[in-house]
Amino acid sequence: MAAADVTAGPAEAPPHGPPAVPDFEIVPRKGLIPVALTFIALIVIIALDKLWSLEFLHVVFGSAWTILDLFLGFALGPILGSLSVPARIEMTTKLLPKMVLIMPTIVTVTLAAGWQLGNVLGTVQSSYPNHGWIVASYIVVGIMAVVALGLLEPANIGVLVELKKPRPNPVVIEKLMKRFIYTAAVTGVMQIATFVIMTKVATG
Amino acid sequence: MSERRFPPVTEVGMLSLALIVAGGIYLSAHLPQHVPLGPAIALLITSAVLMVINLLSLTRVPGFAWQRFADVAKWALLAYVITAGLIEYSFLQNHLRGGALVVLTLSLVVYAVHVPVLIGFTVARYADE
Repeated sequence: MAAADVTAGPAEAPPHGPPAVPDFEIVPRKGLIPVALTFIALIVIIALDKLWSLEFLHVVFGSAWTILDLFLGFALGPILGSLSVPARIEMTTKLLPKMVLIMPTIVTVTLAAGWQLGNVLGTVQSSYPNHGWIVASYIVVGIMAVVALGLLEPANIGVLVELKKPRPNPVVIEKLMKRFIYTAAVTGVMQIATFVIMTKVATG
Repeated sequence: MSERRFPPVTEVGMLSLALIVAGGIYLSAHLPQHVPLGPAIALLITSAVLMVINLLSLTRVPGFAWQRFADVAKWALLAYVITAGLIEYSFLQNHLRGGALVVLTLSLVVYAVHVPVLIGFTVARYADE
């Protein structure tokens, strides 16, 4: 994504002056409430160990994870790159704080509920006929986790902290935004493998 | 931008995370059969050593923005301890016990510490620019 002049546009900033960055919270405090409620629901549903509710959590949050990765990497990323500088700043300061809360939440719920669901269905047992596909899903998720935890999440926080500075450095923002969008695209591609594996497991 | 030179903290961190993920996959792939813990323990120890190397390498960076690092890493640590706790809870609910539980728990500890280190480092390296 060409975010090189994300803070250097002439539209809302005086020449050579600090860029106009709207006020924002790096971690939106109001968003912590639904996150907490989601985690409480996860704990309760795992404790109840009922098939439908585990299936619901795993499918809904897993779908959200897949769709977000694909949408960020292949739809929103290129759009962000083509926006005007002020629009790009505004979009970034509204989108990325939400992603700070959304992504770890959906990943944690998907994995924890999925593990419990696999125990209920017996799909995580090595005796399961399609066990090879399940192990393949571990590998795909593992690669996505390493990329997301090691590159994407630090870049997300890094951009927001940089934008909070009185004089954000456009080069730093460009570098970290590129990392964010490219890694989202990589995990998006990996999600296609997840589609293949999960549909295979679901159909037996 | 004339960029300061930093040790390869992100690269080493990703390798460390990859090792504990590999150990977790190795153990999970064999459930519920008894599985030799040696390979998983070796991966965990290597991962933990890489984490320590990462932290030590940061202490050797002159003028590293430790205050900024701590400001960010402490909140990230809180968040990742919570997510690690939820995953651990899932293991316990499924009656995972013994050596496999110990290895997976320690792997979660490495995860919950190393990811905040990576986040804190990414922020702190640009603190003075």
